[in-house]
Amino acid sequence: MVHWTAEEKQLIASVWSKVNVEECGAEALARLLIVYPWTQRFFASFGNLSSPTAIIGNPKVRAHGRKVLTSFGEAVKNLDNIKATYAKLSELHCEKLHVDPENFRLLGDILIIVLASHFARDFTPACQFAWQKLVSVVAHALARKYH
Amino acid sequence: MLTAADKKLIQQVWEKVLGHQEDFGAEALERMFITYPQTKTYFPHFDLHHGSDHIRGHGKKVVTALGNSVKSLDNLSQALSKLSNLHAYNLRVDPVNFKLLSQCFQVVLAVHLGNSYTPEVHAAFDKFLSAVAAVLAEKYR
Repeated sequence: MVHWTAEEKQLIASVWSKVNVEECGAEALARLLIVYPWTQRFFASFGNLSSPTAIIGNPKVRAHGRKVLTSFGEAVKNLDNIKATYAKLSELHCEKLHVDPENFRLLGDILIIVLASHFARDFTPACQFAWQKLVSVVAHALARKYH
Repeated sequence: MLTAADKKLIQQVWEKVLGHQEDFGAEALERMFITYPQTKTYFPHFDLHHGSDHIRGHGKKVVTALGNSVKSLDNLSQALSKLSNLHAYNLRVDPVNFKLLSQCFQVVLAVHLGNSYTPEVHAAFDKFLSAVAAVLAEKYR
């Protein structure tokens, strides 16, 4: 089980309470597809991904980004039980979606940069530490049921 | 591969770093030591307290080297040759750490540039730092 200090929990909750899940999720997913274009391989059905502008404006990208970040919120609500929280999603990503878990790490790092750009100085080094730990734990939980 | 468009974006971003080299460098290193404590193993001889002269001095050094790279985007191998030797034969920093510093440096840029750190700029800069890391690791074996 992951150990979280009271300070880490507080930093995570405090940032999360100010996150606009729809905007942030859309931005994070768009940046993933732009910065690491090979990740577009999973989204052939999303239509126009031909340029950064197209990706940012793509309604399917926005919707899916929101879905992904909403799911991320489950981790924030269940910090002491992240493994169980993502057990089913882990199986799904392995058996149906066939997503290389490296992509979870890439998205996690992108999310950190999105948070940094929104929260600026409030995204302190201590904040970054707590959040990098969180995205790493989530990535690990999502990869856990792979076989 | 850095495209012409990437190079332009990198140079534009760098305009905003000029004048803040020491601050940005120190902040990136500090974030790296806090976020990824294992990176401190390469600096047992440093005072790692917030704002220490060691961190400020080293931060400035790192960002100055990046600045030289920005001026030589067409020939990174040559521009970084000495540093490449240094990392391969003396420092022998495991290359996985270049990615960690890259992440922290990009966080610093995102913090200070906000919306100006657009997805296009982010992509170009990530590519640039990957290219620098690749050159630094070139002679490892």
